Amino acid sequence: MKESENKIYFYPIWIRIWHSLNAIGILILIYTGITMYYSNRGFQLMDFQLAINMHNIAGILVGLSYLIFSIGNLRTTNDKHYKVKRIGMIEKVIKQSHYYMVGMFNKQHPPYPLSEKRKFNPLQKLIYSIVMYILMPGLIITGIGLLLPELIIENVYELSGIFLTALLHASLGFLVSIFLIIHLYVASIGKHPLENFKSILNGYHDTSKH
Amino acid sequence: MRTSYLLFLCALAINCLKLQAEEKNEIPDMNGCLKCHSHQTITFTNTLTRHENKRLMNPLYILDKDHFAKGVHATFKCVDCHSAEYDHYPHKAELKLEPLNSCLDCHGGDVKYASYKFEKIDEEFQKSIHFKKIGESFTCSKCHNQHYYQAKSRNSSIVSDIVLFSNEMCMSCHSNNNKFQLLSDKLKPALAEIHVWLPNQALHFKNVRCIECHTQVVDSLAVSHNILPKEKALKNCEECHSKNSMLEASLYKYKNLQSRNQKGKLNTIISNKSYVIGAYQNTWLQRISFIILALVLLGIGFHVIARIMKKLI
Repeated sequence: MKESENKIYFYPIWIRIWHSLNAIGILILIYTGITMYYSNRGFQLMDFQLAINMHNIAGILVGLSYLIFSIGNLRTTNDKHYKVKRIGMIEKVIKQSHYYMVGMFNKQHPPYPLSEKRKFNPLQKLIYSIVMYILMPGLIITGIGLLLPELIIENVYELSGIFLTALLHASLGFLVSIFLIIHLYVASIGKHPLENFKSILNGYHDTSKH
Repeated sequence: MRTSYLLFLCALAINCLKLQAEEKNEIPDMNGCLKCHSHQTITFTNTLTRHENKRLMNPLYILDKDHFAKGVHATFKCVDCHSAEYDHYPHKAELKLEPLNSCLDCHGGDVKYASYKFEKIDEEFQKSIHFKKIGESFTCSKCHNQHYYQAKSRNSSIVSDIVLFSNEMCMSCHSNNNKFQLLSDKLKPALAEIHVWLPNQALHFKNVRCIECHTQVVDSLAVSHNILPKEKALKNCEECHSKNSMLEASLYKYKNLQSRNQKGKLNTIISNKSYVIGAYQNTWLQRISFIILALVLLGIGFHVIARIMKKLI
Protein backbone atom coordinates (compact mmCIF):
# COMPACT_ATOMS: atom_id res chain seq x y z
CA MET A 1 0.00 0.00 0.00
CA LYS A 2 1.36 3.41 -0.95
CA GLU A 3 1.93 5.88 1.82
CA SER A 4 -0.33 8.45 0.21
CA GLU A 5 -3.24 6.00 0.34
CA ASN A 6 -2.90 5.88 4.09
CA LYS A 7 -3.26 9.62 4.40
CA ILE A 8 -6.70 10.75 5.39
CA TYR A 9 -8.05 14.28 5.40
CA PHE A 10 -8.26 14.67 9.14
CA TYR A 11 -8.52 18.37 9.86
CA PRO A 12 -10.86 20.42 7.60
CA ILE A 13 -9.95 24.02 6.96
CA TRP A 14 -12.28 25.51 9.57
CA ILE A 15 -10.74 23.33 12.28
CA ARG A 16 -7.26 24.40 11.22
CA ILE A 17 -8.25 28.09 11.23
CA TRP A 18 -9.86 27.73 14.64
CA HIS A 19 -6.89 25.77 15.98
CA SER A 20 -4.36 28.33 14.67
CA LEU A 21 -6.26 31.30 16.13
CA ASN A 22 -6.59 29.45 19.40
CA ALA A 23 -2.91 28.50 19.47
CA ILE A 24 -1.65 32.02 18.76
CA GLY A 25 -4.16 33.56 21.17
CA ILE A 26 -3.42 31.14 23.99
CA LEU A 27 0.35 31.52 23.66
CA ILE A 28 -0.04 35.32 23.94
CA LEU A 29 -2.47 34.90 26.85
CA ILE A 30 -0.08 32.65 28.75
CA TYR A 31 2.91 34.97 28.27
CA THR A 32 1.01 38.15 29.12
CA GLY A 33 -0.85 36.38 31.92
CA ILE A 34 2.42 35.31 33.53
CA THR A 35 3.72 38.88 33.09
CA MET A 36 0.75 40.26 34.99
CA TYR A 37 0.49 37.58 37.64
CA TYR A 38 4.20 37.52 38.48
CA SER A 39 4.66 41.26 38.05
CA ASN A 40 7.61 42.69 39.91
CA ARG A 41 8.64 46.33 40.18
CA GLY A 42 12.30 45.42 39.74
CA PHE A 43 11.84 43.11 36.78
CA GLN A 44 9.07 42.97 34.20
CA LEU A 45 8.79 40.42 31.39
CA MET A 46 7.15 43.21 29.39
CA ASP A 47 5.46 46.57 29.96
CA PHE A 48 2.48 46.02 32.26
CA GLN A 49 0.10 48.26 30.34
CA LEU A 50 1.08 46.54 27.07
CA ALA A 51 0.60 43.14 28.72
CA ILE A 52 -2.93 44.14 29.79
CA ASN A 53 -3.84 45.40 26.31
CA MET A 54 -2.40 42.33 24.60
CA HIS A 55 -4.11 40.01 27.09
CA ASN A 56 -7.45 41.74 26.43
CA ILE A 57 -7.05 41.55 22.64
CA ALA A 58 -5.84 37.93 22.69
CA GLY A 59 -8.67 37.07 25.09
CA ILE A 60 -11.23 38.46 22.65
CA LEU A 61 -9.50 36.57 19.80
CA VAL A 62 -9.69 33.29 21.71
CA GLY A 63 -13.32 34.04 22.61
CA LEU A 64 -14.08 34.50 18.90
CA SER A 65 -12.19 31.34 17.99
CA TYR A 66 -14.30 29.50 20.59
CA LEU A 67 -17.33 30.85 18.76
CA ILE A 68 -15.97 29.37 15.51
CA PHE A 69 -15.44 26.07 17.34
CA SER A 70 -18.99 26.09 18.74
CA ILE A 71 -20.62 26.99 15.40
CA GLY A 72 -18.43 24.43 13.60
CA ASN A 73 -19.40 21.74 16.06
CA LEU A 74 -23.07 22.59 15.65
CA ARG A 75 -22.96 22.68 11.85
CA THR A 76 -20.74 19.61 11.31
CA THR A 77 -20.29 16.21 12.89
CA ASN A 78 -17.07 17.28 14.58
CA ASP A 79 -18.83 17.37 17.97
CA LYS A 80 -19.14 13.58 18.02
CA HIS A 81 -15.36 13.30 18.59
CA TYR A 82 -15.83 15.11 21.89
CA LYS A 83 -18.70 12.94 23.13
CA VAL A 84 -17.44 10.84 25.99
CA LYS A 85 -19.38 7.65 26.67
CA ARG A 86 -19.39 6.96 30.36
CA ILE A 87 -19.59 3.21 30.07
CA GLY A 88 -16.13 1.73 29.86
CA MET A 89 -14.53 5.17 29.74
CA ILE A 90 -12.20 4.64 32.69
CA GLU A 91 -10.97 1.29 31.36
CA LYS A 92 -10.32 2.79 27.93
CA VAL A 93 -8.47 5.77 29.41
CA ILE A 94 -6.34 3.47 31.57
CA LYS A 95 -5.59 1.27 28.55
CA GLN A 96 -4.51 4.29 26.48
CA SER A 97 -2.39 5.69 29.37
CA HIS A 98 -0.78 2.29 29.81
CA TYR A 99 0.11 2.34 26.11
CA TYR A 100 1.83 5.76 26.47
CA MET A 101 3.71 4.69 29.60
CA VAL A 102 4.58 1.06 28.83
CA GLY A 103 3.06 -0.33 25.62
CA MET A 104 4.67 2.03 23.13
CA PHE A 105 8.11 1.16 24.51
CA ASN A 106 7.39 -2.56 23.97
CA LYS A 107 6.49 -1.93 20.33
CA GLN A 108 2.81 -2.67 21.00
CA HIS A 109 0.20 -1.31 18.60
CA PRO A 110 -1.89 1.60 19.87
CA PRO A 111 -5.07 0.19 21.45
CA TYR A 112 -7.26 2.72 19.70
CA PRO A 113 -5.73 3.53 16.30
CA LEU A 114 -6.99 6.74 14.79
CA SER A 115 -9.29 6.65 11.78
CA GLU A 116 -11.79 8.94 10.11
CA LYS A 117 -14.38 7.72 12.59
CA ARG A 118 -12.10 7.96 15.61
CA LYS A 119 -10.03 11.12 15.44
CA PHE A 120 -9.19 11.10 19.14
CA ASN A 121 -8.15 8.21 21.31
CA PRO A 122 -10.16 7.82 24.58
CA LEU A 123 -7.61 9.76 26.64
CA GLN A 124 -7.56 12.62 24.14
CA LYS A 125 -11.34 12.57 23.97
CA LEU A 126 -11.68 12.93 27.74
CA ILE A 127 -9.02 15.61 28.14
CA TYR A 128 -10.10 17.62 25.07
CA SER A 129 -13.70 17.54 26.29
CA ILE A 130 -12.67 18.81 29.73
CA VAL A 131 -10.54 21.55 28.16
CA MET A 132 -13.07 22.64 25.53
CA TYR A 133 -16.29 22.24 27.50
CA ILE A 134 -15.19 23.11 31.05
CA LEU A 135 -11.86 24.98 31.18
CA MET A 136 -12.31 27.20 28.11
CA PRO A 137 -15.88 28.32 28.85
CA GLY A 138 -14.80 28.94 32.46
CA LEU A 139 -11.87 31.03 31.27
CA ILE A 140 -14.00 32.97 28.78
CA ILE A 141 -16.75 33.71 31.31
CA THR A 142 -14.32 34.80 34.06
CA GLY A 143 -12.34 36.71 31.43
CA ILE A 144 -15.42 38.65 30.33
CA GLY A 145 -16.05 39.36 34.03
CA LEU A 146 -12.57 40.77 34.51
CA LEU A 147 -12.79 42.75 31.28
CA LEU A 148 -16.07 44.30 32.42
CA PRO A 149 -15.71 44.17 36.22
CA GLU A 150 -19.01 45.98 36.81
CA LEU A 151 -20.69 42.69 35.83
CA ILE A 152 -19.15 40.83 38.77
CA ILE A 153 -21.02 40.36 42.04
CA GLU A 154 -19.34 42.72 44.48
CA ASN A 155 -19.03 40.45 47.47
CA VAL A 156 -19.48 36.75 47.95
CA TYR A 157 -19.91 36.53 51.71
CA GLU A 158 -16.81 38.36 52.89
CA LEU A 159 -14.71 37.89 49.79
CA SER A 160 -14.52 40.26 46.89
CA GLY A 161 -16.21 38.93 43.75
CA ILE A 162 -13.34 40.21 41.63
CA PHE A 163 -10.88 38.33 43.83
CA LEU A 164 -12.75 35.04 43.39
CA THR A 165 -13.19 35.59 39.64
CA ALA A 166 -9.51 36.44 39.19
CA LEU A 167 -8.43 33.47 41.28
CA LEU A 168 -10.61 31.14 39.20
CA HIS A 169 -9.40 32.75 35.97
CA ALA A 170 -5.73 32.36 36.93
CA SER A 171 -6.24 28.77 38.13
CA LEU A 172 -8.03 27.76 34.93
CA GLY A 173 -5.35 29.57 32.92
CA PHE A 174 -2.71 27.57 34.76
CA LEU A 175 -4.50 24.29 33.98
CA VAL A 176 -4.74 25.24 30.30
CA SER A 177 -1.00 26.04 30.33
CA ILE A 178 -0.29 22.59 31.77
CA PHE A 179 -2.59 21.09 29.14
CA LEU A 180 -0.69 22.96 26.42
CA ILE A 181 2.67 21.55 27.58
CA ILE A 182 1.30 17.99 27.64
CA HIS A 183 -0.61 18.54 24.36
CA LEU A 184 2.55 19.74 22.59
CA TYR A 185 4.58 16.87 23.96
CA VAL A 186 2.07 14.15 23.15
CA ALA A 187 1.78 15.62 19.64
CA SER A 188 5.45 14.75 19.20
CA ILE A 189 4.66 11.06 19.69
CA GLY A 190 4.24 9.56 16.24
CA LYS A 191 6.17 8.19 13.36
CA HIS A 192 8.25 11.32 13.40
CA PRO A 193 8.22 13.96 16.18
CA LEU A 194 7.06 16.65 13.74
CA GLU A 195 4.49 14.54 11.88
CA ASN A 196 1.46 15.62 13.93
CA PHE A 197 2.50 19.28 13.77
CA LYS A 198 2.54 19.03 9.97
CA SER A 199 -0.87 17.35 10.02
CA ILE A 200 -2.58 20.17 11.87
CA LEU A 201 -1.15 22.59 9.28
CA ASN A 202 -1.87 20.66 6.05
CA GLY A 203 -4.91 18.76 7.29
CA TYR A 204 -3.71 15.24 6.38
CA HIS A 205 -3.01 12.53 8.89
CA ASP A 206 -0.95 9.45 8.12
CA THR A 207 -2.59 6.34 9.53
CA SER A 208 -0.05 3.87 8.11
CA LYS A 209 1.92 3.42 11.33
CA HIS A 210 1.49 4.56 14.88
CA MET B 1 -42.71 30.12 85.56
CA ARG B 2 -43.90 33.26 87.33
CA THR B 3 -40.36 34.03 88.56
CA SER B 4 -38.87 33.69 85.13
CA TYR B 5 -41.59 35.97 83.72
CA LEU B 6 -40.73 38.59 86.37
CA LEU B 7 -37.04 38.21 85.63
CA PHE B 8 -37.76 38.71 81.93
CA LEU B 9 -39.73 41.90 82.68
CA CYS B 10 -36.89 43.20 84.87
CA ALA B 11 -34.34 42.51 82.18
CA LEU B 12 -36.55 44.27 79.64
CA ALA B 13 -36.93 47.32 81.90
CA ILE B 14 -33.18 47.49 82.54
CA ASN B 15 -32.52 47.27 78.81
CA CYS B 16 -34.99 50.06 78.09
CA LEU B 17 -33.37 52.28 80.71
CA LYS B 18 -29.93 51.46 79.30
CA LEU B 19 -31.06 52.32 75.79
CA GLN B 20 -32.53 55.61 76.94
CA ALA B 21 -29.30 56.42 78.75
CA GLU B 22 -27.27 55.56 75.67
CA GLU B 23 -29.48 57.75 73.52
CA LYS B 24 -29.05 60.60 75.96
CA ASN B 25 -25.29 60.08 76.04
CA GLU B 26 -25.02 59.97 72.29
CA ILE B 27 -23.58 63.46 72.21
CA PRO B 28 -22.95 65.73 75.17
CA ASP B 29 -25.16 68.62 76.17
CA MET B 30 -24.57 71.31 73.59
CA ASN B 31 -25.76 74.20 75.75
CA GLY B 32 -28.86 74.15 73.65
CA CYS B 33 -26.95 74.87 70.43
CA LEU B 34 -28.42 71.86 68.72
CA LYS B 35 -31.94 73.04 69.46
CA CYS B 36 -31.43 75.17 66.39
CA HIS B 37 -28.27 73.84 64.75
CA SER B 38 -29.59 70.36 64.14
CA HIS B 39 -32.87 71.51 62.60
CA GLN B 40 -33.91 72.90 59.27
CA THR B 41 -35.89 75.76 60.82
CA ILE B 42 -35.42 78.20 63.68
CA THR B 43 -38.22 79.77 65.78
CA PHE B 44 -37.44 82.86 67.84
CA THR B 45 -39.10 85.95 69.28
CA ASN B 46 -38.38 88.97 67.15
CA THR B 47 -37.34 91.65 69.65
CA LEU B 48 -38.40 94.46 67.29
CA THR B 49 -41.83 93.20 66.26
CA ARG B 50 -42.33 91.04 69.38
CA HIS B 51 -43.72 88.34 67.14
CA GLU B 52 -42.71 84.69 66.96
CA ASN B 53 -40.69 84.20 63.80
CA LYS B 54 -40.01 80.88 62.09
CA ARG B 55 -37.23 80.91 59.52
CA LEU B 56 -35.11 78.48 57.55
CA MET B 57 -31.69 77.72 58.98
CA ASN B 58 -28.62 78.45 56.88
CA PRO B 59 -27.83 74.91 55.63
CA LEU B 60 -24.11 75.52 56.18
CA TYR B 61 -24.76 75.82 59.91
CA ILE B 62 -26.81 72.70 60.36
CA LEU B 63 -24.97 69.92 62.16
CA ASP B 64 -25.72 66.30 61.33
CA LYS B 65 -26.08 64.89 64.85
CA ASP B 66 -25.72 61.24 63.88
CA HIS B 67 -22.68 61.95 61.77
CA PHE B 68 -21.17 64.04 64.58
CA ALA B 69 -21.77 61.25 67.10
CA LYS B 70 -19.55 58.93 65.03
CA GLY B 71 -16.74 61.46 64.70
CA VAL B 72 -13.52 61.68 66.70
CA HIS B 73 -14.74 64.78 68.52
CA ALA B 74 -18.14 63.36 69.46
CA THR B 75 -17.60 63.96 73.17
CA PHE B 76 -16.89 67.65 72.69
CA LYS B 77 -19.23 70.45 73.61
CA CYS B 78 -19.70 73.23 71.06
CA VAL B 79 -18.11 75.76 73.42
CA ASP B 80 -14.99 73.61 73.73
CA CYS B 81 -14.03 75.06 70.36
CA HIS B 82 -16.50 77.90 69.75
CA SER B 83 -16.98 81.03 71.85
CA ALA B 84 -19.17 80.72 74.94
CA GLU B 85 -20.84 83.95 73.83
CA TYR B 86 -22.80 81.95 71.26
CA ASP B 87 -25.28 81.21 74.03
CA HIS B 88 -27.07 84.49 73.22
CA TYR B 89 -29.33 84.81 70.22
CA PRO B 90 -29.08 86.68 67.88
CA HIS B 91 -25.36 85.84 67.93
CA LYS B 92 -22.95 88.77 67.79
CA ALA B 93 -21.76 89.33 64.21
CA GLU B 94 -18.06 89.52 65.18
CA LEU B 95 -18.20 86.04 66.67
CA LYS B 96 -17.98 84.75 63.12
CA LEU B 97 -14.47 86.15 62.97
CA GLU B 98 -13.29 84.27 66.06
CA PRO B 99 -10.05 82.44 65.34
CA LEU B 100 -10.69 78.71 65.56
CA ASN B 101 -8.20 76.17 66.75
CA SER B 102 -6.28 74.18 64.19
CA CYS B 103 -5.43 70.52 64.79
CA LEU B 104 -1.97 71.36 66.11
CA ASP B 105 -3.32 73.90 68.62
CA CYS B 106 -4.77 70.99 70.55
CA HIS B 107 -2.79 68.00 69.29
CA GLY B 108 0.69 69.54 69.04
CA GLY B 109 2.76 67.66 71.63
CA ASP B 110 -0.33 65.67 72.55
CA VAL B 111 1.02 62.62 74.41
CA LYS B 112 -2.27 60.76 74.21
CA TYR B 113 -2.22 60.81 70.43
CA ALA B 114 1.56 60.68 69.96
CA SER B 115 1.18 57.75 67.56
CA TYR B 116 -0.71 59.99 65.15
CA LYS B 117 2.48 62.12 64.78
CA PHE B 118 0.69 65.41 64.21
CA GLU B 119 3.98 67.35 63.97
CA LYS B 120 5.31 65.03 61.28
CA ILE B 121 1.99 65.32 59.45
CA ASP B 122 2.36 69.11 59.53
CA GLU B 123 5.94 68.86 58.29
CA GLU B 124 4.86 66.64 55.38
CA PHE B 125 1.80 68.79 54.64
CA GLN B 126 4.05 71.84 54.29
CA LYS B 127 5.83 70.08 51.42
CA SER B 128 2.53 69.38 49.70
CA ILE B 129 1.14 71.12 46.64
CA HIS B 130 -1.85 72.26 48.72
CA PHE B 131 0.36 74.24 51.08
CA LYS B 132 2.73 75.46 48.38
CA LYS B 133 -0.09 76.82 46.22
CA ILE B 134 -2.52 78.03 48.85
CA GLY B 135 -0.48 78.50 51.99
CA GLU B 136 -1.84 78.90 55.54
CA SER B 137 -5.44 79.24 54.41
CA PHE B 138 -5.34 75.56 53.45
CA THR B 139 -6.14 74.39 56.96
CA CYS B 140 -6.43 70.78 58.15
CA SER B 141 -10.20 71.18 58.26
CA LYS B 142 -10.36 71.67 54.50
CA CYS B 143 -10.00 67.89 54.30
CA HIS B 144 -10.62 66.78 57.89
CA ASN B 145 -13.98 68.16 58.92
CA GLN B 146 -13.64 68.54 62.69
CA HIS B 147 -17.32 67.82 63.25
CA TYR B 148 -17.44 64.53 61.40
CA TYR B 149 -13.89 63.23 61.00
CA GLN B 150 -13.35 59.54 61.76
CA ALA B 151 -9.98 57.79 62.06
CA LYS B 152 -11.15 55.23 59.50
CA SER B 153 -7.80 54.09 58.23
CA ARG B 154 -6.76 53.26 61.79
CA ASN B 155 -9.94 51.68 63.01
CA SER B 156 -11.79 50.17 60.08
CA SER B 157 -11.07 46.65 58.92
CA ILE B 158 -12.90 47.12 55.66
CA VAL B 159 -10.64 48.38 52.92
CA SER B 160 -13.55 49.70 50.83
CA ASP B 161 -14.70 51.84 53.79
CA ILE B 162 -11.22 53.28 54.22
CA VAL B 163 -11.05 54.05 50.50
CA LEU B 164 -14.50 55.64 50.38
CA PHE B 165 -13.89 57.81 53.44
CA SER B 166 -10.50 58.92 52.20
CA ASN B 167 -11.69 59.72 48.69
CA GLU B 168 -14.70 61.65 49.96
CA MET B 169 -12.23 64.03 51.59
CA CYS B 170 -10.59 64.74 48.23
CA MET B 171 -13.91 64.83 46.41
CA SER B 172 -15.40 67.34 48.83
CA CYS B 173 -13.44 69.96 46.86
CA HIS B 174 -12.32 68.19 43.69
CA SER B 175 -15.85 67.33 42.66
CA ASN B 176 -17.47 70.45 44.08
CA ASN B 177 -16.70 73.62 42.20
CA ASN B 178 -18.01 75.96 44.91
CA LYS B 179 -15.72 74.49 47.52
CA PHE B 180 -12.87 74.23 45.02
CA GLN B 181 -13.10 77.94 44.26
CA LEU B 182 -12.92 78.76 47.93
CA LEU B 183 -9.22 78.08 47.51
CA SER B 184 -8.59 78.49 43.82
CA ASP B 185 -9.55 80.93 41.09
CA LYS B 186 -9.66 78.14 38.54
CA LEU B 187 -12.51 75.79 37.70
CA LYS B 188 -12.07 72.35 39.18
CA PRO B 189 -10.50 69.92 36.71
CA ALA B 190 -12.75 67.28 35.15
CA LEU B 191 -11.52 64.20 36.98
CA ALA B 192 -12.90 61.60 34.55
CA GLU B 193 -11.23 63.40 31.64
CA ILE B 194 -7.80 63.79 33.18
CA HIS B 195 -7.83 60.17 34.30
CA VAL B 196 -8.95 58.86 30.93
CA TRP B 197 -5.66 56.97 30.52
CA LEU B 198 -6.48 54.84 33.57
CA PRO B 199 -7.97 51.45 32.61
CA ASN B 200 -11.17 50.49 34.46
CA GLN B 201 -11.40 54.02 35.81
CA ALA B 202 -14.59 53.51 37.84
CA LEU B 203 -13.15 50.41 39.49
CA HIS B 204 -9.94 52.23 40.39
CA PHE B 205 -11.83 55.24 41.78
CA LYS B 206 -13.92 52.94 43.93
CA ASN B 207 -11.14 50.71 45.22
CA VAL B 208 -8.05 52.86 45.34
CA ARG B 209 -7.48 55.98 47.40
CA CYS B 210 -6.55 59.11 45.43
CA ILE B 211 -3.59 59.50 47.77
CA GLU B 212 -2.15 56.17 46.62
CA CYS B 213 -0.93 57.83 43.41
CA HIS B 214 -0.98 61.46 44.48
CA THR B 215 1.22 61.40 47.58
CA GLN B 216 4.77 60.62 48.51
CA VAL B 217 4.63 57.67 50.89
CA VAL B 218 6.45 58.19 54.19
CA ASP B 219 7.08 55.03 56.16
CA SER B 220 6.73 56.65 59.56
CA LEU B 221 3.25 58.02 58.82
CA ALA B 222 0.06 56.00 58.64
CA VAL B 223 -1.31 58.26 55.93
CA SER B 224 0.92 60.29 53.72
CA HIS B 225 0.16 64.03 53.71
CA ASN B 226 2.57 65.21 51.07
CA ILE B 227 0.15 65.66 48.16
CA LEU B 228 2.29 65.84 45.03
CA PRO B 229 1.86 68.17 42.05
CA LYS B 230 -0.06 66.41 39.31
CA GLU B 231 3.05 65.95 37.15
CA LYS B 232 4.57 63.78 39.87
CA ALA B 233 1.56 61.54 40.38
CA LEU B 234 2.15 57.84 39.75
CA LYS B 235 1.23 56.64 36.29
CA ASN B 236 3.10 53.32 36.08
CA CYS B 237 0.76 50.38 36.50
CA GLU B 238 3.47 48.19 38.00
CA GLU B 239 4.00 50.55 40.92
CA CYS B 240 0.88 48.95 42.37
CA HIS B 241 0.42 45.88 40.20
CA SER B 242 3.51 44.01 41.30
CA LYS B 243 4.89 41.68 43.92
CA ASN B 244 6.43 44.60 45.79
CA SER B 245 3.35 46.74 45.28
CA MET B 246 3.22 50.33 46.48
CA LEU B 247 -0.09 49.42 48.07
CA GLU B 248 1.78 47.27 50.56
CA ALA B 249 3.55 50.41 51.66
CA SER B 250 0.39 52.48 51.86
CA LEU B 251 -3.13 51.06 51.89
CA TYR B 252 -2.22 47.63 53.24
CA LYS B 253 0.71 48.60 55.37
CA TYR B 254 -1.05 48.89 58.68
CA LYS B 255 -0.26 46.02 60.94
CA ASN B 256 -3.57 46.60 62.64
CA LEU B 257 -5.41 46.25 59.34
CA GLN B 258 -4.00 42.76 59.10
CA SER B 259 -4.63 41.87 62.72
CA ARG B 260 -8.17 43.21 62.42
CA ASN B 261 -8.62 40.87 59.53
CA GLN B 262 -7.35 37.63 61.05
CA LYS B 263 -9.63 34.85 59.98
CA GLY B 264 -7.54 31.79 60.72
CA LYS B 265 -5.59 29.53 58.47
CA LEU B 266 -7.74 30.05 55.41
CA ASN B 267 -6.36 33.56 55.42
CA THR B 268 -2.97 32.26 54.39
CA ILE B 269 -4.42 30.79 51.22
CA ILE B 270 -7.17 33.25 50.45
CA SER B 271 -6.06 36.75 51.21
CA ASN B 272 -8.74 39.15 52.36
CA LYS B 273 -7.12 42.11 50.73
CA SER B 274 -8.83 43.47 47.70
CA TYR B 275 -7.57 41.66 44.63
CA VAL B 276 -4.96 43.60 42.73
CA ILE B 277 -3.57 41.96 39.60
CA GLY B 278 0.14 41.40 40.05
CA ALA B 279 0.15 42.42 43.70
CA TYR B 280 -1.71 39.30 44.74
CA GLN B 281 0.91 36.58 44.72
CA ASN B 282 0.06 33.91 47.22
CA THR B 283 3.07 31.80 48.17
CA TRP B 284 1.01 28.66 48.74
CA LEU B 285 -0.71 28.83 45.38
CA GLN B 286 2.63 29.53 43.73
CA ARG B 287 4.22 26.53 45.41
CA ILE B 288 1.38 24.23 44.37
CA SER B 289 1.56 25.44 40.76
CA PHE B 290 5.36 25.08 40.63
CA ILE B 291 5.11 21.53 42.03
CA ILE B 292 2.50 20.57 39.39
CA LEU B 293 4.61 22.15 36.64
CA ALA B 294 7.77 20.42 37.88
CA LEU B 295 6.04 17.03 38.01
CA VAL B 296 4.72 17.45 34.46
CA LEU B 297 8.14 18.46 33.14
CA LEU B 298 9.79 15.62 35.05
CA GLY B 299 7.29 13.12 33.60
CA ILE B 300 7.92 14.42 30.09
CA GLY B 301 11.69 14.30 30.71
CA PHE B 302 11.55 10.64 31.73
CA HIS B 303 9.34 9.84 28.75
CA VAL B 304 11.75 11.53 26.34
CA ILE B 305 14.70 9.62 27.84
CA ALA B 306 12.78 6.34 27.52
CA ARG B 307 11.91 7.16 23.89
CA ILE B 308 15.55 7.93 23.09
CA MET B 309 16.72 4.74 24.79
CA LYS B 310 14.16 2.65 22.91
CA LYS B 311 15.04 4.49 19.71
CA LEU B 312 11.51 5.74 19.30
CA ILE B 313 12.68 9.21 18.35
